[in-house]
Amino acid sequence: MLLSDVSSSHGLFRRLHLDPPLLGGLLLLAAVGLVILFSAVSQDEAQLWRQVTRLAVSFGVMLLFAQIAPDTLLRWTHWIFAIGLIMLVAVLLFGDTGKGAQRWLRLGSIRFQPSELMKLAVPMMVAWYLAEKPLPPRLGHLAIATLIALVPTLLIARQPDLGTALLIATSGIFVLLFAGLQWRVIGSAALLAIPASWLLWTFGMHDYQRRRVLTFINPENDPLGAGYHIIQSKIAIGSGGTYGKGWLNGTQSHLEFLPERHTDFIFAVFGEEFGFMGIVLLLSLYLFIVLRGLYIATQAQDSFSRLLAGALSMTFLIYIFVNIGMVSGLLPVVGVPLPLISFGGSSMVTLMAGFGILMSIHTHRKLLKD
Amino acid sequence: MNKSNNRENHDYPQRRRFVVGLLLLGVAALLWRMVDLNLNQREFLQHQGDARYLRDITIPADRGVITDRFGEPLAISTPVESVWANPVALAGARERWPELSRLLQLPLAELERKLGSRMAKEFVYLKRHLTPERAAQVMALAIPGVSLQREYRRYYPLGEVSAHVVGFTDIDDVGQEGVELMMEAQLRGAPGSKRVIKDRLGRIVENVESIHEPRPGEELTLSLDRRIQYLAYRELLGAVQRHKAKGGSAVVLDVQSGEILAMVNQPAYNPNNRKALSAERLRNRAVTDVFEPGSTVKPFTVAAALESGKFRPTTVIDTSPGSIKLANFTIRDIKDYGKIDVSTVIQKSSNVGTSRIALALKPYQLWEQFVRLGFGYDTGSGFPGESAGLMNAYQDWREVEQATVSYGYGLSVTTLQLGRAYAALAAGGVLRPVSFFKLAPDRIPEGTRVLSPKVAQALRVMLEGAAQTGGTGSRATVAGYRVAGKTGTSRKVASGGYSDEKYLAIFAGFAPASRPRLAMVVMVDGPDDGDYYGGVVAAPVFSRVMAGALRLLDIPPDDMDSLKGMKVALIGGAE
Repeated sequence: MLLSDVSSSHGLFRRLHLDPPLLGGLLLLAAVGLVILFSAVSQDEAQLWRQVTRLAVSFGVMLLFAQIAPDTLLRWTHWIFAIGLIMLVAVLLFGDTGKGAQRWLRLGSIRFQPSELMKLAVPMMVAWYLAEKPLPPRLGHLAIATLIALVPTLLIARQPDLGTALLIATSGIFVLLFAGLQWRVIGSAALLAIPASWLLWTFGMHDYQRRRVLTFINPENDPLGAGYHIIQSKIAIGSGGTYGKGWLNGTQSHLEFLPERHTDFIFAVFGEEFGFMGIVLLLSLYLFIVLRGLYIATQAQDSFSRLLAGALSMTFLIYIFVNIGMVSGLLPVVGVPLPLISFGGSSMVTLMAGFGILMSIHTHRKLLKD
Repeated sequence: MNKSNNRENHDYPQRRRFVVGLLLLGVAALLWRMVDLNLNQREFLQHQGDARYLRDITIPADRGVITDRFGEPLAISTPVESVWANPVALAGARERWPELSRLLQLPLAELERKLGSRMAKEFVYLKRHLTPERAAQVMALAIPGVSLQREYRRYYPLGEVSAHVVGFTDIDDVGQEGVELMMEAQLRGAPGSKRVIKDRLGRIVENVESIHEPRPGEELTLSLDRRIQYLAYRELLGAVQRHKAKGGSAVVLDVQSGEILAMVNQPAYNPNNRKALSAERLRNRAVTDVFEPGSTVKPFTVAAALESGKFRPTTVIDTSPGSIKLANFTIRDIKDYGKIDVSTVIQKSSNVGTSRIALALKPYQLWEQFVRLGFGYDTGSGFPGESAGLMNAYQDWREVEQATVSYGYGLSVTTLQLGRAYAALAAGGVLRPVSFFKLAPDRIPEGTRVLSPKVAQALRVMLEGAAQTGGTGSRATVAGYRVAGKTGTSRKVASGGYSDEKYLAIFAGFAPASRPRLAMVVMVDGPDDGDYYGGVVAAPVFSRVMAGALRLLDIPPDDMDSLKGMKVALIGGAE
């Protein structure tokens, strides 16, 4: 009964280790993304084709990762994590600087962002560590698992790249949650979060990051500076109304009032042109993908796979939540792209690699006859 | 906290529910936010959005054309383009500055200064009033932040000739002088406005709607006759140059309507190119500058005398011995005219005779006659900077003042005031307001009677005598027409008294004497070539302009005798 779902899927997909519902959802999302991107780049076809290329590469990477059996991945995990950690240290020592942050490693002509690798490596490592331990984990194990997530988080926060650091920390936390955290631990952590956030505010944040938070709390304080992004994107979304202004008819975006409109703020373009109904449909599509990921987690046959699948799915949701929350003024501005829709490459590759892992977990299950 | 935690199996249903709950909570939060933005705050945000790209911009109204009385243009607007920039946008294209600077012929340093000082603004003019061709070249560069604005530049076809009356506008097309200033409200019209969509850089993307159409300025028809104006300009300029004078002015009035047919001044300026403009060239001296009218007011003294009933044209005045001493001031004639009648006093321009007549009147009688003729008050033309002249109260007059006023000292007038008073004489004693604008036949003002017809008629005869051979104004004659007029030569006020070297040469008169149509005053300021008599310097200007004007207006000659010798030429000319 467990495998009815697998045996019913198409033979070709089975052989390619692809999950048709997940693949369908992702392809649909990519298509929606291209449609709105075409509008956001003011119908610049060259830009559109660059994005198509990135999508093709990303789906290729997904296909590649789908072929790697979870067992193999499990064996590689600590190596991948170690390499990632070394590269993060290397970035801080002699990384390339861009836009005021040191995030890139240059290998010949290729610029590489190790934090992207860590987006996968951290949940893998935490899952790897906890999978061998009795679940729910004991406090000592919990502490080590926390350390595994914390070290790369701090290294990335030093670059500084607060958005990615928080996402990586979150992915680690999700593994812990799925591993069966006791309520009292969750409660204590929640209580600890209050002094911790004060410490973060006082010692852990750069001025520009503090400004972002303050601007988030009251964007009208600084309407020409940092608040400008949020005000403009709120206006764009809100002026979409119920049904939107129609594709290519957004005024805020096309008249260049909306900054970063094809990258981090593309959701505002979407909101303006397709309105509330469009947003509901888009969120439904995202939710479908996340739920499919969680379903895959429940069907996983070992702890590592289950923890990893759950964490990857929830991290995907966090991406969506953080980006849309930021664009709609619910959260501070952190540079998180809208998955599969924002213009841009490296994070999309990571994301699709994650979906490849999800598909691998689902399609590499051992077929148990009765 | 929760006992069941400890009994969990590998499925952790509680964990899963918790995680899924978190998930749903997050999605719900996003949805709530969208409901809030898209549905609740929609109106406010849409309005805010519109405010960011909808702009109401003004459409300039065409400035009204100014024409002469026959519709010939004196001031017209031609479209020009001004180049402006959004400083922030242009600052982003610094590498394009040199080519922009070259095409605009604007030094790079100047361009930097202009942009630098206006960085916080959205608008700065780079260059005003380019030709459409040059503007098209600038736009062809497609430099970000650089735009055009349609403007209008005033062009004055007659240039110097009508400059003082018409005036000019500044670079923003606002009247600065003359009729352009006086009639600014009517000429300007009302700008329209339209709603447009502008992008963040201020470029107009689309015209949405016209809110209201611009109302073009009114067309103004001046009373000037372009031909007479030109004639007056040419002759005055000639006289000023010939006699090395400092300046001068001349006015031609239509006797029957009070319309100003010509008004010229020297020095003049070219309103189309005001680069080297000095303030002294700018003044419309005919209305702004006052002078002592000298002998040209003697007819008005005589008018007061005739109106008083104490004198008739034939009343004999004893001017011997050619001078008269009042207190410690001596009034002199050029020579001793002996016993002469009132007409001869005018013809010979006797100061002694005029003074004797004036002193025989009550001060009030003299004063009232002068004031009724418009002295001491502005003409009400509304022309910017018009002067009222000066007429002291008669209560303050001593005998000396009463005598000097009678022959034109101790009061001051403008050329236009003097012209108006002569027009009143010519019109049989009816004083009319002067007008810079053409009057419809039914709008010609009634005027005020300031002299009885009999007195006016008598003065007309006397002034005709003064402009004939034997009179001081003999050089004012016009072949074919009887001319009436009076010369004036007044000494200018210098420090500590009157100058023996600086004079004003004046001639005031009208024609044809039998049925006057045109009145004219010519004033030449400070002739410096030896000649300074009004009869020598100003009267010939009067003669030439009047001759041309009378013929241009097809006014029938009333002195056929003087034409006998010229008949052949005239007929020949007509064929």
